[in-house]
Amino acid sequence: MNENEVPLLEMRHISKDFFGNQVLSDINFALKKGEILGLVGENGAGKSTLMKILFGMDEIHQTGGYGGDVLINGQKVQFASPIDALAAGIGMVHQEFSLLPDFTATENILLNREPLKYTWLSEVFGERMNILDRSEMEEISKRAIARLNVPLDSEMVVSQMPVGHKQFTEIARELSKESTSVTEGIKLLVLDEPTAVLSEQEADSLLHAMRKLSETGIAIIFITHRLQEILDVCDTIMVMRDGKIIKTVPAEGVVITDIARWMVGRDVNTAQRQAREFDYENKPVILSLENLWVDMPGEVVRNVNLNVHQGEILGIGGMAGQGKLGIPNGAMGLFPAGGKITFEGKQIELNNPRNFLNAGMAFVSEDRRGVGLLLDETLEWNISFTAMQVQEKYLKKYLGGAIKWRDQDAIEAETSNYVKQMEIRCTSTKQKAKELSGGNQQKVCLAKAFAVAPKLLFVSEPTRGIDIGAKSLVLKALRKYNEESGTTIIMISSELEELRAICDRIAIISDGKVFGILPATTDSAQFGLLMVGQTSALQEGGSV
Amino acid sequence: MTIEKLTSSVKGMVTSFGLPRVIIALFLLVLFILAPFVGVNVGTSLSDTLNRFGMNAVMVLAMVPMIHSGCGLNFGLPLGIIAGLLGATISLQVNIPGPTSFVLAILFATPFAVILGWGYGQLLNKVKGGEMMIATYVGFSSVAFMCIMWLLLPFSNPTMVWGYSGTGLRTTISVEGYYLHVLNDFLSIRLSDHLLIPTGMILFFALLAFIIWAFLHTKTGTAMTAVGSNPVFARASGINVDKIRTLSVVMSTWLGAMGILVYQQSFGFIQLYMGPFYMALPAVSAILIGGASVNKASILNVVVGTFLFQGIVTMTPSVMNSMIHTDMSEVIRIVVSNGMILYALTRKTEAVR
Repeated sequence: MNENEVPLLEMRHISKDFFGNQVLSDINFALKKGEILGLVGENGAGKSTLMKILFGMDEIHQTGGYGGDVLINGQKVQFASPIDALAAGIGMVHQEFSLLPDFTATENILLNREPLKYTWLSEVFGERMNILDRSEMEEISKRAIARLNVPLDSEMVVSQMPVGHKQFTEIARELSKESTSVTEGIKLLVLDEPTAVLSEQEADSLLHAMRKLSETGIAIIFITHRLQEILDVCDTIMVMRDGKIIKTVPAEGVVITDIARWMVGRDVNTAQRQAREFDYENKPVILSLENLWVDMPGEVVRNVNLNVHQGEILGIGGMAGQGKLGIPNGAMGLFPAGGKITFEGKQIELNNPRNFLNAGMAFVSEDRRGVGLLLDETLEWNISFTAMQVQEKYLKKYLGGAIKWRDQDAIEAETSNYVKQMEIRCTSTKQKAKELSGGNQQKVCLAKAFAVAPKLLFVSEPTRGIDIGAKSLVLKALRKYNEESGTTIIMISSELEELRAICDRIAIISDGKVFGILPATTDSAQFGLLMVGQTSALQEGGSV
Repeated sequence: MTIEKLTSSVKGMVTSFGLPRVIIALFLLVLFILAPFVGVNVGTSLSDTLNRFGMNAVMVLAMVPMIHSGCGLNFGLPLGIIAGLLGATISLQVNIPGPTSFVLAILFATPFAVILGWGYGQLLNKVKGGEMMIATYVGFSSVAFMCIMWLLLPFSNPTMVWGYSGTGLRTTISVEGYYLHVLNDFLSIRLSDHLLIPTGMILFFALLAFIIWAFLHTKTGTAMTAVGSNPVFARASGINVDKIRTLSVVMSTWLGAMGILVYQQSFGFIQLYMGPFYMALPAVSAILIGGASVNKASILNVVVGTFLFQGIVTMTPSVMNSMIHTDMSEVIRIVVSNGMILYALTRKTEAVR
């Protein structure tokens, strides 16, 4: 690319404070045509504020504007609203979908920008009587989808799409904005965590599509927590921390640990293996699943047979939708299940969470806000509730146990103990769970499970949606808990590297069955083969 | 500096108490200040307000368990009231005069409240998410059904049945000679000719309120609040959600039954047939005005809400009536009480999950 070329987007000395609280200071960068810029940083590093400035969001104007200049094609611009930004050819795809579920892909892509046809009614009643030009719409949306190069059915209703296709629809909508008399064609696309909800396959095809787009001259700002993707697709990596740009480097030659270190400003070894020798011979089987099936929508388990040894950390991995999440949810009894579960030699009756908990097992759900927390209640309640109900902890008994009174002091003491131990950032133990950040909420969920002092702990997607610093804390807490109290842990995660970091063995689930179990020290390529359903992979090490 | 401090602390109090409540309380205060100037006796007014507070507070308290378990506002309160009416009529049929009849009414009402509440709870468990609409119609239809039953049930106490036919219960039955004012007169304090504090009735409410408050501090009560806050969380903690919800409905229904008995002993009459029909809305409004939301309510909400609602409903008609010198008190009472209900329902907030 020509060095002297005027950059498509340039930001000079951008600074922003919210009522004296500096969130961005002296941000400088330039983005060329067709360049893919990977923007990384912990939650709260200032990424989203920067994007809001670029889009001229109301939030920025209402809090006193920003300092510095935004230049597009060398021209200084200041967008009064996101609509102006869109008109100037900047598109954004948000993490949450804004799609109408009962409309087709085409209808969503062209919503409110549909090509219209005049009819005689419009002559009489004006333009409001125009009708949609369906064939033209189909053509435009197909063209946009073709640019993405993904298998997206333009006539499919959004509500029936897999989640990846919804994401593609969002992107196609931005791409379909071609230049007209009032607006310019899309020149710059901002993708905010587009892969967070995608399976690895879907993410791959998205990354592929991004490459294709950049070849056609569209610049992309790509925000993600998945660092490998940044390395795979970006030309330049920009790392932000505490409102400053820490590093802007070409992606060539950078490794994940570098980015991670820049992001958090200290050494984090999320992916560093802490391999240990686990003595399977002398450890009894604590839990065995036989012919387990679970009817969990989207994560159906068909026939799982698995033995778990006492004291180990067993990882369960696999692609999204293959059934790995169904295993703990079914075992716990949250979804209809069948088969046989034996824990410490006793068979556990299925479909009743109480039996599961009474046996001494606990489950940290992947659905933090839906299942894991009482959002409207205090941390004290969140952490103590399960232990109180299942094991009658934190209760004072009167009249020979007829009255079981909540012991506020004990609850408070235990909660502040966990807050300290797990570094939960909160104003007090009386703070409501919904006010915490994702990472801290996850720690609360773990504390809730630890409070039950389980013999076996299921942890489902413990690091989903939390930043890299919190991630390593959570993983460390799990490993430490396992080592100190000897609790058997079964961790389900879609991130293989994370499983390899703390597990002893990893089982890969495919099509609702266990496809293979390998020691965590096995090369990740082997796991990759298992995940995509290669039966030829080794089966060694798995004492199934 | 001190003024700043004062304003900030006042602001803090206002936010914690809730602006709507501050405004209503100020309005009530203005009414009390105006009263002597338009010839309304403040003592009588205060006495009336306290009396009405005592009569209605238990029925407002009946909202609390169901709100806590996430069943929403108990629009099916008439069902509990019917249990209370059955207890009252059976007690009169047994025909033991004096305060004993009140105890008997409570004892007879309880099994009906438990059985009806259990069935009502089962129904509400099948319509999760649409409880309040269903509850409203449970209330309406049960009232209609009982209109038939009041005529058919074989009651025979002459104070209760229609004089000319000798069968079927009258629309209004006096409790004089049975339990008229048993609570009102218990330990009552006469401060002046006009001001009488119905201590017994307020103590009875305080006792029930204490029981509910204490219950919410027990293991099962904690589970009830958690079920209302996030049923999936509760289930994942091994709670039988349906059982807890049913329990809350039974409690609400029983409190409704107690509420109407307290009401009757003060009012002096048992009102059958369409009597229970309109009882739910004032109770719902009172707790909403007290600051409760659809899934959060406290005893304080009950006390504050009942006092404000009944205070306004008592004071506005008498003060306005004296100001404009025509006898429109009944019209004004209806306008004001329905206006308060309308206002309260617009305040209905649902805590975000």
